Amino acid sequence: MEAPRPYTLVAELTYKCPLKCLYCSNPVNFHEMRDELSTEQWIRTFSEAADLGVVQLHLSGGEPVVRKDLPELIRHARARDLYTNLITGGTLLDEEKLRQLRDCGLDHIQLSLQDTDRKTAQLVAGIRSYDKKLDIARLIKKAGFPLTINVVIHRLNIDRVPALIAQGAALGAQRLELANTQYHAWAEKNRSALMPTRAQLDQAEAVVREARPRYQGTMEIAYVQADYYSQYPKPCMGGWARNYMVIIPTGEVLPCHAAHVIPGLHFDSVRDQSLTTIWAESKGLNAFRGDSWMQEPCKSCPMKTIDFGGCRCQAFLLAGDAAATDPVCSLSPRHDIIREAIAQAERGDGSLLYRDVKNSERLSIGLRELAAR
Amino acid sequence: MGDPVADASAMWRPRLSPKARLRWDEVEKRYMLVFPEAALMLNETAPEILKLCDGEHTLEGIVNSLAQRFTGIDRKIIEEDVTSFLSRIKLRGLLEG
Repeated sequence: MEAPRPYTLVAELTYKCPLKCLYCSNPVNFHEMRDELSTEQWIRTFSEAADLGVVQLHLSGGEPVVRKDLPELIRHARARDLYTNLITGGTLLDEEKLRQLRDCGLDHIQLSLQDTDRKTAQLVAGIRSYDKKLDIARLIKKAGFPLTINVVIHRLNIDRVPALIAQGAALGAQRLELANTQYHAWAEKNRSALMPTRAQLDQAEAVVREARPRYQGTMEIAYVQADYYSQYPKPCMGGWARNYMVIIPTGEVLPCHAAHVIPGLHFDSVRDQSLTTIWAESKGLNAFRGDSWMQEPCKSCPMKTIDFGGCRCQAFLLAGDAAATDPVCSLSPRHDIIREAIAQAERGDGSLLYRDVKNSERLSIGLRELAAR
Repeated sequence: MGDPVADASAMWRPRLSPKARLRWDEVEKRYMLVFPEAALMLNETAPEILKLCDGEHTLEGIVNSLAQRFTGIDRKIIEEDVTSFLSRIKLRGLLEG
């Protein structure tokens, strides 16, 4: 099928990050992917993305501020009229750097916060960063940037959604994203510790519904559903390789942050081919475009043009088949996996695994052994 | 906040929010308004309205300016269209003032 127009490029500039968040979306074997694209390779890629029709550019990571060439990358992105958003943990920013990024034309900053409770924030991020992040939020506003605050929601902070909303407003955020944890990568390893209960979710959703009209026109509250508790799966990435692409630090072009986990899929790198060619011809990107790959119950389901059968990575992680219906769907024959995960959350057990180099090394070895078997 | 259309005063001086950017889209050959996580494809007149949302022009001034340019259209209709468009994007947080 013909490739649709991509609107959004998430450029993961590096996997380096001072934070060790339990729910990080970077691959668990990030430690093996250290060979980052050069400044020139990124600049060429941004230009090709703009030619393809990309409008939104998210500079992400890891922590993108680690890259020394960040100002230069932003200048080139803006020269191609890309709406340029920096997705950052904030801990490496200061007033001087913010001024520099502003002068390069950066449009917007999305800052991650962990919690309104200092202790839990530290537990989740694995390092002390709570006070620094709040300072940075104020400096971002002072530098004149529009600000989105993103908070990943899980069992340990979900009861503080009212305080998180108040905090977002007090910091002058134009947009607050309350995003329930998506259980891939590190989050999948920590699922039993992070998954909220049904009662917690119902309470949080009621709070969001009540708060939205109060902040309308000043702070948009975006709420990302907890898909394990939904009747139908999320329309993951708005459909596989439809309007959205993720380029990882090593240059491979993916349909999402996680698609690397699906075995047997080949993703091409912007080191070897132009983005234009990859977007149209990549085997990995074409694998789940459209609906010809679907099985029952998706194949004959009227919802298939709305949710695209859910998330391919989740189908693989949970049901062992990337072309299966996302087990989150109540119609999936493997929905029992989700019911069991929910039951586990209600019991409240689970240990913590931090996203750091040591754990990544260990998991990388484990993955290699698994592949060799 | 009440009804934004009814609340819009003729002396309102709307200013495009710093988070929103008007840009020409080379693929579709028309203007779009881009902001975090989304974009609006615009018709022919919307960019003309937005270019006047600089915090200087009043709502009345914007309507006058458009009425001078589109002489074949009844001023009342222009006023309704401009007010309703600006009220809608204000609700999305894309206007200040």
